[in-house]
Amino acid sequence: MEFSRRDTLALGLGAAALTVLPIRALAAADDAIAAFTGGADVAEGGVTLTAPEIAENGNTVPISVEAEGAAEIMVLAMGNPTPGVATFKFGELAGAHSASTRIRLAGTQDVVAIAKMADGSFAKASSTVKVTIGGCGG
Amino acid sequence: MAEGVKPRVKAPKKASAGEAVTIKTLISHQMESGQRKNKDGSIIPRSIINRFTCEFNGKSVIEVVMEAAISTNPYFEFEAVIPEAGDMVFTWYDDDGSVYTETKSVAIS
Repeated sequence: MEFSRRDTLALGLGAAALTVLPIRALAAADDAIAAFTGGADVAEGGVTLTAPEIAENGNTVPISVEAEGAAEIMVLAMGNPTPGVATFKFGELAGAHSASTRIRLAGTQDVVAIAKMADGSFAKASSTVKVTIGGCGG
Repeated sequence: MAEGVKPRVKAPKKASAGEAVTIKTLISHQMESGQRKNKDGSIIPRSIINRFTCEFNGKSVIEVVMEAAISTNPYFEFEAVIPEAGDMVFTWYDDDGSVYTETKSVAIS
């Protein structure tokens, strides 16, 4: 593959844009957390977030969350262009308050799970996932 | 319009009353994130399933609000308590307004 002058310039610009992105995404993640908790204190622990340490393919990273007595669990990918991943709302017939799914991660980053307990308190857990190939397309 | 969308659900046919059973669901869907670009460099618009619900005899088991970071062919695994015989209804809501449903009957053994 040959690079023309134009391609090289575009690559450079893209790389510059990429380095700026995480800062914007982090602010968006903080906003999402604030919207979910309403500014309440979030305690560490009480939630189990299971994610692989190293994910070879960022397109499909298996995760599972579990929180005893949680009404809702929100999952955030702090380093994605849009940090929101999913919100699980457990109904009256939910068994163990756990759920598993597969998510996309743009790169190596922290995945955060915040649980809203039935009594209105909040708990969180986070896990760092190393991603070999990002899952957001170019 | 998403094509070839096919929901698949793995749920037990029988359960004892009050038992918590594991449910696995998968639906084939592109889940276009709105981040990717096509060959011309223009962004492919977002087209995902944004909501999934599971109900048993009209009572909620789980509801999931999905964002673009959910992988292609969204997969969910969770537990449901089966209090009596009945139907479990799974519903997926697409960005384009389509709704996909799947029903599984569970008997009491």
